[in-house]
Amino acid sequence: MRIAILIFPGSNCDRDMMVAIEKLTGRRPSLVWHKESCLDPIDLAIIPGGFSFGDYLRCGALAARSPVIDAVLDHAARGGAVMGVCNGFQILLETRLLPGVLVKNAGLKYICRNITMDVCETVDSPFTRNLEVGARLTMPVAHNEGNYFAGEDELARLNDNGQIAFRYVDGPAHGLANPNGSSLDIAGIISANGRVMGMMPHPERAISPELGGSDGAKLLQGCLEALVS
Amino acid sequence: MQVIVNISLKEGVLDPQGQAIARSLNDLGFQEVGEIRVGKRIVIEVNEPNRARLHQRVAKMCETLLSNAVIEDYDIDIPDGQ
Repeated sequence: MRIAILIFPGSNCDRDMMVAIEKLTGRRPSLVWHKESCLDPIDLAIIPGGFSFGDYLRCGALAARSPVIDAVLDHAARGGAVMGVCNGFQILLETRLLPGVLVKNAGLKYICRNITMDVCETVDSPFTRNLEVGARLTMPVAHNEGNYFAGEDELARLNDNGQIAFRYVDGPAHGLANPNGSSLDIAGIISANGRVMGMMPHPERAISPELGGSDGAKLLQGCLEALVS
Repeated sequence: MQVIVNISLKEGVLDPQGQAIARSLNDLGFQEVGEIRVGKRIVIEVNEPNRARLHQRVAKMCETLLSNAVIEDYDIDIPDGQ
């Protein structure tokens, strides 16, 4: 399993993601600086969370125009798998690998807390294949712009095509479901071909009971097993 | 030449920032304030003396990076007398 984690100036979840992947696979993923214009052959590219380029202009906008993104676009065009978490999701939307945009949270506040989300029925995708539809996963979100927005036609298309992967639901530990005003309670979406996934919650921050939960490990493990099988 | 690009949120896109500012102004006694929409103003110095080409290049900049067509519109102002 060859995994690359991309790093931009201002990424800050790259190491957490590396630790999570290493714990689950026993193999250290490669870390790739954003100036690189090509990627070694990989099975999965991960864009981690953070504040790439200080969130200047729009969150993810400048990172999405970095040299390494051309390599990610080539990888995705060949059917390669790509996952973006938090700022990584924002970057994927700015690259247009996924539709829509993430705008400021409805409450205008930075939110850092656990959420619970449901796994939805989706098109066949390595990111959801090993997860049970309707399974409830709890893990943290930490963002200021997690409010998913797309036009009505686009939202209907995502819904009808089975591209909504995860939706916020009410949880026992934290009250009301949708933390940020996200359309259709969207926490994560996948591309029409199932190979690109972006999500706001942080699975890499929920990989052991000592960290408050291990649902993130379950999610990542499911993806990794689907990608090698 | 100096170019001013105004980026605004498309109609129908929620602007929680604008709503919060409008509420604050109302609370401060500006009861006449209705809806507020917040945008961005970007001032760019461009080395291109031909106005038509300048407009075309800046439009390309807007579409490539400066605005996100999903939620934003842009307009380009090239002030006279330059």
